[in-house]
Amino acid sequence: MGVYNDTIIAGFGGQGVMLIGNLLAYAAMESGLNVTYIPVYGPEMRGGTANCTVVISSDDIGSPIIKNPMSLIAMNRPSLDKFQPMVQDQGTVVINSSLVDMELADKDRLKIYGVPANEIADRIGNTRMANMVALGAYTRAIGIIDLEVVQKCLEKVISSHYSHLIPKNAEALAAGAEAVK
Amino acid sequence: MSRIFIKGNVAISRGALDAGCRCYFGYPITPQNDIPEFMSKAMPEAGGEFVQAESEVAAANMLLGAGACGIRAMTSSSSPGMSLKQEAISYMAGSELPGVIVNMNRGGPGLGDIGPSQGDYFQSVKGGGHGDYRTLVLAPGTVQEAYDLTFLAFELAFAYRNPVLILGDAIIGQMQEPITPKEPVAVDAFEGGSWRLEGARDREPRILKSLYLTDGALAGHNLRLQEKYARARKECRYEEFMTDDAELIIVAYGSIGRIVKSTIRKLRKEGLKAGLVRPITLYPFPSEILKSLAGKGRKFLTIEHNMGQMVEDVRLSICGLAESGFYAQLPGNLPTPNDFEQPIIDALTER
Repeated sequence: MGVYNDTIIAGFGGQGVMLIGNLLAYAAMESGLNVTYIPVYGPEMRGGTANCTVVISSDDIGSPIIKNPMSLIAMNRPSLDKFQPMVQDQGTVVINSSLVDMELADKDRLKIYGVPANEIADRIGNTRMANMVALGAYTRAIGIIDLEVVQKCLEKVISSHYSHLIPKNAEALAAGAEAVK
Repeated sequence: MSRIFIKGNVAISRGALDAGCRCYFGYPITPQNDIPEFMSKAMPEAGGEFVQAESEVAAANMLLGAGACGIRAMTSSSSPGMSLKQEAISYMAGSELPGVIVNMNRGGPGLGDIGPSQGDYFQSVKGGGHGDYRTLVLAPGTVQEAYDLTFLAFELAFAYRNPVLILGDAIIGQMQEPITPKEPVAVDAFEGGSWRLEGARDREPRILKSLYLTDGALAGHNLRLQEKYARARKECRYEEFMTDDAELIIVAYGSIGRIVKSTIRKLRKEGLKAGLVRPITLYPFPSEILKSLAGKGRKFLTIEHNMGQMVEDVRLSICGLAESGFYAQLPGNLPTPNDFEQPIIDALTER
């Protein structure tokens, strides 16, 4: 049976949504799957919303641009407002409950995973790793890619200058996965 | 070789580097700036030259100069910049000089926007500048193809002594996919040795020109060029997708060609028999396959990210043998597979 999933990852500029989109894509490639990554940004890069789309498939990929995704990672309120209505029925939504009121989640229609990504990242050492917590939660919720592969790919997306931060980021990924158990 | 994960613009740059490109001339414009960024580092490291020219006009004329010296060289731009390069491209075609030109098509006319568009189809395949000439036009639909076709572009440019155009868009340029690179080629140091300018010591001087004033000379030159374009027909490339039992043949190229595949897969699950021909070479245009499919009583629908350009070549190819509709994805709007569902359903069901 073929594997297919598409995801929109969205948040404020600066929350690292492009980074985790890239990381997810690398992990898919390392898992032997086909993958596309396309960023959508502009003036949003400075303080507004930024988003990217990742399509993962065992088959050839047609469109890298998806209107109604099967899954969503919403790092902030504007991202949930904008993209939650677009997610397919029974789709998977990971919500950063540190910044989003979980009352807004469409629990009847979607599989919702609320993860206090900022708090968990804070506890590990740096709020800025909230993106990794969310990706860890997503990885566990979707179940297509092993968390270990995602952790191994950190070195591909974090520049060598910051390589000392890789163990902490791996920890944040694991904590995110733990949070959806 | 193992797969690497790169964006389309970088794939084009790497394809050029691995194909032996050693001169790059450019001028910045969105959405292709990753190309000069890559080349600014890669060309000096490979012992070549990188020049950020004072304008697109200058960059294109530098390409002409490098081509005259038999050097594998490239320039890149996006739509407004491409308009500025047309004079030099016409001179290169007229002088029979090789060179690779990349256009990451953005919205137009004029400055348009910085988003994807296919509005430069006519400019790319019908000449673009003045005079009776053609450039070979390659239109990648994946990041792997962006690499492979740039590689191929250098081979074709020298095989035919003609400018070769890579026509992508902001989607192909900005998206990332895994690709498998090839072994870099070792370019023959004597490539173009029978015609290039290299100093005329111990032989008759050569002149590379596009000016023919003596009686009959230009006529003969134009005839030779047309014979060359006819020879290039064998370079025609296309992809067929689910055409075997298709009642409707969709014709779409580049990013739209791949996006519409998602629509076709979805509609197939609902029992709708649509298939796709995705031209990979836009010039030469894959007329024969379209004509042979038209002979089997199918309908056609051309989908483009413009107001209707390639559809004219589709209709010329099928010579009235089949119904041939058109759907315009408006430049300025980002295409999604959903946009094409209703037009395909309509084309299949209307009589």
